[in-house]
Amino acid sequence: MTALLELEEVTLRFGGVTAVDKVSFSVEEGEVFALVGPNGAGKSTLFNLVSRFYDPAEGDIRFRGESILKRAPHEIARLGIARTFQNIELFEQATVLQNLLVGRQRHRRGNLVSEMLFTPFVRAEERRHREAVEKVIDFLDLQAHREQYIAGLPYGVRKVVELGRALAIEPTLLLLDEPASGLSVEETQDVAFWIEDIKTQMGITVLMVEHDMHLVASVCDRVLALADGKMLALGTPREVQGHPRVIEAYIGAHGRSKVMA
Amino acid sequence: MDVLQLVVSGLANGCVYGLIALGFVLIYKATEAVNFAQGDFMMLGAFVCLGLTNAQFLGLPFWLAAPLAILIMGAFGYGLEVVVIRRMFGQPQVAVVILTIALGFVLRFVAGLIWGNQPVSLESPIAGRDVRFGGVVLGLDEVMVISVTVLLTVLLYFYFNRTRLGVAMQAASQNQLAAYYMGIPVKRLNSLVWALSGMVAAVAGILFASKGSIEPSIGLLGIKAFAAAVIGGFGSLPGALLGGIIIGLIEPFSARYIAAGYSQVMAYLLLFLILVFRPHGILAQIHSKKV
Amino acid sequence: MRTVFKTSYDADINLFRHRAQAGWYALLALLAVLLPWLVNVFWLGEATNMLIWAIAGMGLMVLVGQTGQASLGHAAFLAVGCYANVLYQQKLGLPFILSFPLGGLTAALAGVLVAIPTARLHGLYLAIATLAISILVDDLIVLSAPLTNGVQGLYAPPISIFGLTIDRYGNPYLFYWVVLVVAVLVVLLYRNILRTPLGRAFAAVRDSEVSAKAMGVNVAKAKAVSFGISAGITGLAGALMGHFAGIFNNETFNLLISIQLLLMIVIGGLGSIHGAFFGAIVVAILPQAIALARDAVTGALGVSSIAIPGLETAIFGAILIVFILFEPAGIYGRWVKIRTYFELFPFYRRDMFRRQRSYLRTERMR
Repeated sequence: MTALLELEEVTLRFGGVTAVDKVSFSVEEGEVFALVGPNGAGKSTLFNLVSRFYDPAEGDIRFRGESILKRAPHEIARLGIARTFQNIELFEQATVLQNLLVGRQRHRRGNLVSEMLFTPFVRAEERRHREAVEKVIDFLDLQAHREQYIAGLPYGVRKVVELGRALAIEPTLLLLDEPASGLSVEETQDVAFWIEDIKTQMGITVLMVEHDMHLVASVCDRVLALADGKMLALGTPREVQGHPRVIEAYIGAHGRSKVMA
Repeated sequence: MDVLQLVVSGLANGCVYGLIALGFVLIYKATEAVNFAQGDFMMLGAFVCLGLTNAQFLGLPFWLAAPLAILIMGAFGYGLEVVVIRRMFGQPQVAVVILTIALGFVLRFVAGLIWGNQPVSLESPIAGRDVRFGGVVLGLDEVMVISVTVLLTVLLYFYFNRTRLGVAMQAASQNQLAAYYMGIPVKRLNSLVWALSGMVAAVAGILFASKGSIEPSIGLLGIKAFAAAVIGGFGSLPGALLGGIIIGLIEPFSARYIAAGYSQVMAYLLLFLILVFRPHGILAQIHSKKV
Repeated sequence: MRTVFKTSYDADINLFRHRAQAGWYALLALLAVLLPWLVNVFWLGEATNMLIWAIAGMGLMVLVGQTGQASLGHAAFLAVGCYANVLYQQKLGLPFILSFPLGGLTAALAGVLVAIPTARLHGLYLAIATLAISILVDDLIVLSAPLTNGVQGLYAPPISIFGLTIDRYGNPYLFYWVVLVVAVLVVLLYRNILRTPLGRAFAAVRDSEVSAKAMGVNVAKAKAVSFGISAGITGLAGALMGHFAGIFNNETFNLLISIQLLLMIVIGGLGSIHGAFFGAIVVAILPQAIALARDAVTGALGVSSIAIPGLETAIFGAILIVFILFEPAGIYGRWVKIRTYFELFPFYRRDMFRRQRSYLRTERMR
């Protein structure tokens, strides 16, 4: 196994607050890696760093051994890194199908002129994109919602569409920001199965932020616990859950012992 | 001497822009709506005062007519918010912009119907008089404009930063729902802000009318005032005044030292450059969205 | 209600959803082509005017409706297209068949040039920047009088295509057909944009820039391309406007025209080609309707006809206010509702198109 994504001594400050403090870890190819920690620990901030929405003050982020710090945010998806958002950021005034098709931007091969003229090549491309998207729709059972506008969809379905849109990119690395937050027990179960399939059948590496420790324990190979932007413990879910500093961070700082139970 | 006069008249003009801009900023600060008809509010305020005081209309004494006009414009702003703007709840910012642009068309037309489309002068006691400072002769109207504007800006600044109501208004703009949960009467506050903005516009209108003749199309000055608000930094009260003064000064000086056709060009060129290089104005108030 | 069975992905890619729809549009096209035999010269002129506004409306719609970037300055691109087209003919001696597309291209280039520095601006701020552009272009036309003849304006020569002279007054039907052909081509172009990755990139930028970036859309580039296409189409409309008006100056393309264009597509319905056409119909018909109404009133009262300044814009503004308050989706939105009512009769529900109302979210956070 080789490291797909490596973070080395990454530090980010907002004004006087150090949101991420010398965080280093690497995600191996083919594993499911989770970031856990109390609110404000810097988990989503790490995602935003990998997405290049923020520039780290220090440190380096490497994907397949190459630094991505020189890349613009939109180039990240083209490298094969897809992500979802904690507070669902879908294209509201478009249908589910169109949302998933936006994920295909990475595979766009037509140019401006050929698209404006809709040449036979562009039509063939459209069929190809549609086929790829239909596979995602089948995988996530979204058939019933294909033509519906996002604005009218319930929360649970939106969450799935976000996952689908990220999968339509056909990524090598998938970043999931709280994929199960706000979902029912059954829906969370679905998410667990999907993540399992994404790993084993599609061969996609997953890095996720999640509060639901049952989900983390059932699907993740390794877990990194963070608090106040600092690394607390790294290891298997069982090791991290039992780590004294992790327990202290949860109970001491926020009293959220239930989450870790 | 020549330069001094340019400066003073530029300042006076700039203060009127600043006052209109103040109206924009008030509404923006408290409700995040943008009232593109603010210039037309100013125009309407001037005409209401004119209608009350000029001999050919009601002929009331000026010192009665002016406060009355300010009150009427306050009521107008309040009513407009209740009847029209409130329905825009939850619609995008640009929709309100478009609505108020259309409202401006209607207001200019109505003013033209009532008071005519020819230039008319307000019978104001501060028009056409001089004051002396040492050896310098200045128009009373210009001095009044400058001092009233500065006074009003300072008052409003303290209002927003020190009084309960002012702070509540700001809170409401950051997050209406949260403000509502905290027991802030969001709807009434919004109406009050529009009323306040109408009153400021009336003051601007009366001062402007004291400086020269008015006609319905002066409502279009609002666009220049809007540029002033942006240059100063949208959402900042001192910024609005600063922006107004900058534009007020640029105009006469570029007309004088470059060429007559350039007075407007330089103002809008500055606006464009500010937007490109410092998009949120000189006194900025905007932060990055969190995802 | 018609049920469409989709048997291939092409069903979603094709221009028409089903045969009957294609048939209706064919009928409309036939009517449009035959219009010169159906109406008199005056109304043919009005129809031409309407089509030109519709083209300009589609241009702005690409930017506002598809990409979500508000522009209060599109008259600037009308002006660039118009002046470029005529100047290429007069100064370079190019024929219309070349100068016209080149005029559009010049406007497109101007659009890209505006988009590059303003790429970081959102919503309101972009609207202000474009407003400044509109005013600046108006002034620049006056200041560069040696080229543009300043406030005196320029005279647009009759169109000449392969020796055939086309003049609005000399042979209005030919002029109408030229405009119709351009309009149809622009509609096709617009439809093609909508069904390709390009159009979806625009929609992504419109609905969420953050997530567009995460999906691999180069947001700045998408905005620049959208601006370019939008300004290019608008420039074509500007060139036609010049030939239609015959003579034009800076005032022909002032800020009020920019504003009117934006208000027009809002009345028509944002985000659809239909919206641009419906809006254009309102713009073209309104002055005539007002004139007819005024004649009726003055005739009934027995007084001589008087002109009321600002009446037209005021009524236009009032119509817009009514639409924004009661039908924000514009004429096209209302049309869709009525059509759905009849398609589903008697199963239409009032809340079918109800939108979720949300509390204001601050736009200070971007």
